[in-house]
Amino acid sequence: MAAYVLRRLIGSVLVMWAVATLVFFMLRLVPGDPIAAMLADVGGPEEIAAMKAKLGLDRSLLVQYGLWFSNALQGDLGASIYGSRVPVTQIIAEAIPRTLSLSLLSFVIAIVIALPAGIISATRRNTLTDNAVSFLAFLGLSMPDFWLAILLIIIFAANLQWLPAVGYIPLAEGFWPWLRHLILPAIAIGTAFSAIIARMIRSSLLEVLSSDYMRTARSKGLTPRMLMFGHALPNAMIPVITVMGIAFALLISGAVVVENVFAIKGLGRVLIEGILNRDYPVVQGAILVVSAIFVFSNLIVDLLYGVIDPRIRLH
Amino acid sequence: MSDATLSPADNTRPKRRSRLLVTLAGDRKAQFGLIVLALFALAGIFAPLLAQYDPNEMTLDMMAGLSAAHPLGTDDLGRDLLSRILYGTQVSLFIGISTVALALAIGVTLGLVAGYFGGWIDTIIMRYIDLQWAFPNFIIAVYLVAVFGTGLLNVIVAISLAFVDDFARIARSMTLTLREEQYVDAARTLGFSKPRTLFVHILPNAVAPIIVQATVSVSYAILGEASLSFLGLGVDVSTPTWGLILADGRSFITQAWWLGVFPGLAIMLVVLSINFIGDWLRDALDVRQKAI
Repeated sequence: MAAYVLRRLIGSVLVMWAVATLVFFMLRLVPGDPIAAMLADVGGPEEIAAMKAKLGLDRSLLVQYGLWFSNALQGDLGASIYGSRVPVTQIIAEAIPRTLSLSLLSFVIAIVIALPAGIISATRRNTLTDNAVSFLAFLGLSMPDFWLAILLIIIFAANLQWLPAVGYIPLAEGFWPWLRHLILPAIAIGTAFSAIIARMIRSSLLEVLSSDYMRTARSKGLTPRMLMFGHALPNAMIPVITVMGIAFALLISGAVVVENVFAIKGLGRVLIEGILNRDYPVVQGAILVVSAIFVFSNLIVDLLYGVIDPRIRLH
Repeated sequence: MSDATLSPADNTRPKRRSRLLVTLAGDRKAQFGLIVLALFALAGIFAPLLAQYDPNEMTLDMMAGLSAAHPLGTDDLGRDLLSRILYGTQVSLFIGISTVALALAIGVTLGLVAGYFGGWIDTIIMRYIDLQWAFPNFIIAVYLVAVFGTGLLNVIVAISLAFVDDFARIARSMTLTLREEQYVDAARTLGFSKPRTLFVHILPNAVAPIIVQATVSVSYAILGEASLSFLGLGVDVSTPTWGLILADGRSFITQAWWLGVFPGLAIMLVVLSINFIGDWLRDALDVRQKAI
């Protein structure tokens, strides 16, 4: 197991290095000169050259890469090129709790919906309930998350006025204010995720329920409850957990979009604003952190899978 | 020597066609999907005839509710919402289909080459594909738009490159299986060139899973374009696309709910239809793959 963990860990670090390198060089291909754009109203060619020298942009690409990389390793991702030049690490440090709060709450909401939905539709296969669940799952998968967000705002914020339409309150300032601000975006993000998980639980459960050992368990006279929670569900969850890794990625990309609807300044909002403003250091930093979340959540899911299903470790 | 494709002895392709029709007869969801999609395609093609107004024509009739003159109301600049959505259909369907065509061409070629030649070619191609595989398609598309900039062509390139890994993986795994088949040996023995063996003899026999992937990818591409446009990273602002119409209307949804409802409804109906069709094809062509 230790060798397997080590191998996967090294693999993940290599992926991060490749991403960092690709991001650095590809962003240098961007047409247009952000420094010239930034100083368009206030400075001539000398000011532009001076600013470039100050930011190290007059040196060769490889030197810039080396400097940026060694700084990044020490946790220095540069500073926003606008305004008071806030350090990127600070911007991201403020954004991470928002995005993580949002993703975790979406995850919880999605599982709370998906688990019973999947179990009910598997045990009542081909009934009206099963068809209804399957249709709702299709709807959930087909609805753009940002549109669902808008619909939720129209209903619960604008008309019923039960919940706020924008903003974020840190958890430290109270659980209810935090939840009230996050519940609508979390539903918007979690819906597609819960549809995927519900469908997966259903098909995985159906496969397990028709297996020989389930027949044996039934013939031993176990109650339906013991059959479901003692035997069927634990086995059916193995494939579901692999899909959760992929689906977790879906939560983060959902957050990237939905944060923009609810004006929550999480990683997604930081990334998109950075792109729209051509703020290189911010875009670079946001991409790195978002990527790191994917790579390491994939790693955790893989390791978890190795714990649940020992056959995986051999490969 | 004719150009006919060499296939396994029990060639199933004629059977496949009749199986598609038989399963369609019993699949209400797929029928719904095909009809709705056909209606949207017609609406897109005939948008200039169907739309009563120029989609960008501003009037003083701002945020007017639903009426005979404006069946879906108007936006904050007095533009007719129905006309904008009709024109948006063109853009969405065009982007959906063209991105998948491009992704399919690049991805399938990469996968075929990697699987057929193996060795270091396979290693290099698949290392990259695996790297991209670690990230959600939409995030890859956002990263690429960050690099290329916005605009119709850039959006198409960004979304299609984001899908390349899906097609490459399927084509490679199919090629690895088919490479060992006797009819491929036969093609080799007959001295056919490698491209001919790959594209004329292996590809047609690997087509079922690729069709299914392409179908669902069209729906992801439409969602992806709508999301990019919604975020301001899509095609330019003078082109009415569904995502952009929603973004424009977002600030006014409290006064004019229709601006927040109808463009999204169009996206959902098209995506839902394609998902229904994809599900039908997956069953009918007997393709087993991951849920997403």
